[in-house]
Amino acid sequence: MKMIRHRLTFCVLSLLLVTAACTSKPEPASTLKPTRFGAALVESSGGKQIGMTGTVLAQPLVVQVNDEQGTAVTGALVEFHGPAGVSFDPPSGLTDSSGQLSTNVALGSMAGRYLLTAHTFTKAQKLIELKTDEIALGYQQQVGYQLDNTYCARCHDPESTPERVSNYDNLETKPHPFTEGDILNKMSDADLTAIIGHGGPALNKSALMPPYGYTLSKTGIEALIAYIRLISDPPYHTAGMVYAQK
Amino acid sequence: MGVALGGSELKNTLVSLGQRLWRRSFGGPVRAFGSVSLLLLISLAIAPAKNHFSEWRHYQNQYLALIRTRGDAVTLQRHFHEHDGIQQIWLPQLGVVDRCTTCHVALKENSLADVGTQPFRLHPVIPHTLDQFGCVMCHRGQGPATTVEEAHRSTLAWEQPILPARYVQSSCGQCHRAPLTGTPQLNLGRNLLGRYGCVHCHTIKLPDGSTIKPTDDPPSLEHIADKTTREWIYAWLKDPQAYAVSATMPNFKLSDPDARDISTFLIANSTPVAGDTVAISKNEKAPDATAGASLYGESFCASCHAVQNAAGNVVGGDVGPELTRVGNKVKPEWLQAWLRNPRIYDAGTAMPHYRFTDQQVSLLTAYLGNKTDSDLLANVHLDAATPEQIAHGKLLVTEYGCASCHEINGIKKPDNFAPELTRIGSKPLTQILFLPGMTHAIPDYIAAKIRQPRSFGAALKMPQFTLAPAQIDALTTALLALTDRAHDSPLVLTVPAKPASDYQPAGKAGQLMADLACFSCHAINGRGGDMAPGLTWEGSSVQRPWLLAFLKNPGTLRPALIRRMPRFNLSDADATVLTDYIMTVYQTAAFDRDSMPSSGYPPAQIEQGRQLFYSKYACQGCHIVDTKVDKGYIGPTLTQVGSRLNAAWIYHWLKNPQAMRPGVIEPNRNMNDEDARALTAFLMTQKVSSKQEAKR
Repeated sequence: MKMIRHRLTFCVLSLLLVTAACTSKPEPASTLKPTRFGAALVESSGGKQIGMTGTVLAQPLVVQVNDEQGTAVTGALVEFHGPAGVSFDPPSGLTDSSGQLSTNVALGSMAGRYLLTAHTFTKAQKLIELKTDEIALGYQQQVGYQLDNTYCARCHDPESTPERVSNYDNLETKPHPFTEGDILNKMSDADLTAIIGHGGPALNKSALMPPYGYTLSKTGIEALIAYIRLISDPPYHTAGMVYAQK
Repeated sequence: MGVALGGSELKNTLVSLGQRLWRRSFGGPVRAFGSVSLLLLISLAIAPAKNHFSEWRHYQNQYLALIRTRGDAVTLQRHFHEHDGIQQIWLPQLGVVDRCTTCHVALKENSLADVGTQPFRLHPVIPHTLDQFGCVMCHRGQGPATTVEEAHRSTLAWEQPILPARYVQSSCGQCHRAPLTGTPQLNLGRNLLGRYGCVHCHTIKLPDGSTIKPTDDPPSLEHIADKTTREWIYAWLKDPQAYAVSATMPNFKLSDPDARDISTFLIANSTPVAGDTVAISKNEKAPDATAGASLYGESFCASCHAVQNAAGNVVGGDVGPELTRVGNKVKPEWLQAWLRNPRIYDAGTAMPHYRFTDQQVSLLTAYLGNKTDSDLLANVHLDAATPEQIAHGKLLVTEYGCASCHEINGIKKPDNFAPELTRIGSKPLTQILFLPGMTHAIPDYIAAKIRQPRSFGAALKMPQFTLAPAQIDALTTALLALTDRAHDSPLVLTVPAKPASDYQPAGKAGQLMADLACFSCHAINGRGGDMAPGLTWEGSSVQRPWLLAFLKNPGTLRPALIRRMPRFNLSDADATVLTDYIMTVYQTAAFDRDSMPSSGYPPAQIEQGRQLFYSKYACQGCHIVDTKVDKGYIGPTLTQVGSRLNAAWIYHWLKNPQAMRPGVIEPNRNMNDEDARALTAFLMTQKVSSKQEAKR
């Protein structure tokens, strides 16, 4: 009986060992312990960027933790989350002396709008969330983005910068910014192709919109439309998607 | 109870059990036949069973389940059943055998654009098709594999795992040598290889036999003592970015004595240049600071030089060095001489030789001299130079390969100072020493090496560069494009870059153009910068009197631009030489510039042109003809275009702007002859008035 007991204990012990070895993966011990807590989370910079699928955005995403009085809180723990494929470097951290935490964002491999979340906790363990979004361009949309930057933004972008001047403010008939989904989502691809290729008068609109059909290639115009569809706000629903919902 | 059985008992039981089984199965011919048949049947069933339970069939079944509920299920199912089973793209001339489409079944199904789960995603639109190049040419991985593990990951028999989406643009670079619109990351990375001077130390040969050339133009250190002090060199070596955040010079992480010895050696080793310094009299009146600032602005220094503003942003061009703390660096006597004529100190500099007056020079010197940071050199106290310091400094300069980038008296540029990177994208993993905990894959290795070179060994010489994460990714992408495939694939596939032009204008005008550094901003015959319009056909475009006047005193053509042609104070003789050369040599063969008159068009045609300008073509959206009404600030102002451009140029430009200047943003309107002539007639009436002429 003694031998049996010995064997049994041996079996149990080895079983325990095996299960222990299998289950306890070395968990990244959360070394980050917040030293202070905030009451609000605000975005400092880095939201609403346009990048290419899979790549790191040019500017880091910077968020700031404030207390009730609106002053910056140092040492608060902030964590970042995003849809599958998005990676943050670092994924979490403590705010610095100016109350900010900065992370480099790499977008996923599908073109589209990525909703990112940052969160922190108040002293009472209440969750505070901050949402922001970034846009990932695929190859085609990237080509469209470049064309927009070269040709269209000179009039269609309400924002004028010294590096790329826009004449939006000076135009008698205001062009539609490409983010204006309310208007542009109602136009079919064929409409957009016609107005880009043949100019405003093709759709009974202002002659201030010149034709680009002799300047841009067919694939260029397709790329431009793909880009316009991607950045539109509210988002444009592709034909495929509508079909799937039926 | 089994535990209680002894060893011999167990053996006996097993033997008798075996005997009984043998008798049952092969106890007679009929039994033996039956058993063998059964075994054969089972063994025959193994293959179909394996097929049935295979990973790829599991995914194909998943796909069928996914499409069953969709509106276009029937079409999708038909597409699927046209090719079910194992799929293969076989391109013998490219060595491609890709079975990826076995699981990735919906790559071409446009109606599945909303499906986000792999392996059923639609492939994003790219300019190539699957049947053209297959999958692994761009994505890497093991094409012929039919399991997820073998296809995507690095196995004992296959080194190249799937390339992360982050670096996928590198694959375009295997064939495409020129920048592509759709691959900004690759373009940036290639640019950085030259701009950060990587290729000074690392040779990169391209498939066509050429090598990548550096574009950073590091200054020669042969006469450095004329320009700056030992203290500044010391501070710069210790931390280049503390002096200028945008500096591309890397940090060699030198110890204090090492930095001291190198700076001592460089000063001691420097030779003077006659005329690169100007004695400054002590009792000079302190010039007006605001006048200096406005001269800096008027001379468009910011087109090339950046300054960090109070918010920490670096504002300005990146052709020349950042000037935020230039007063800490350069000696005033050197700066005066440099501003008078930079070519005495550095014959090949991109800086134009402005013909500043003495007063302008002292204004600018005082203005720039005030750009200092009192903290920068506050704690630098170097003891007197000793011969030991100089000797040790020389040793360090040789060891760190400073002469790979900078010219230094008595030290030859070392050959192949760092490993060649010609095929780094396909480097065998066995030749790489990975750090503990690192993923064993080429992209991770390259990125880690750029991010922190010395993490691979404190004794390594590669310095620490200051790069943003996006820049590190871009450099990694550019290096990953340097694969075996890029070098060995058939030549028909490569899309070469435009060959670099070494165009050199001739004679006196050529010397003047070099002196004024025209090529720093303008491109002519394929050589030069892109800051200002190309001048290849300038002689066909403009009228002689306008060009002469413009060179002497450049006016504003495009009011919205912040980068404009500076005034060089050219002498009449120099301006005439340049004008004659441009008018004679830079002409297009496409038309004769004098084929249309500059005035005398019928009033009816002019009026027709005016109406076309404002209504049909709505040119006022971008151009200004009447300063009171028009608000087009995008294109050049046309108020005096009739005195500036030739009629024939305007006509041909209207017909096809891109043919006259490739890449120009004015759209081609496909204008008919009549409209083009009428518009030309109208525009030619927009001349400098006689009153303005008199003023000039």
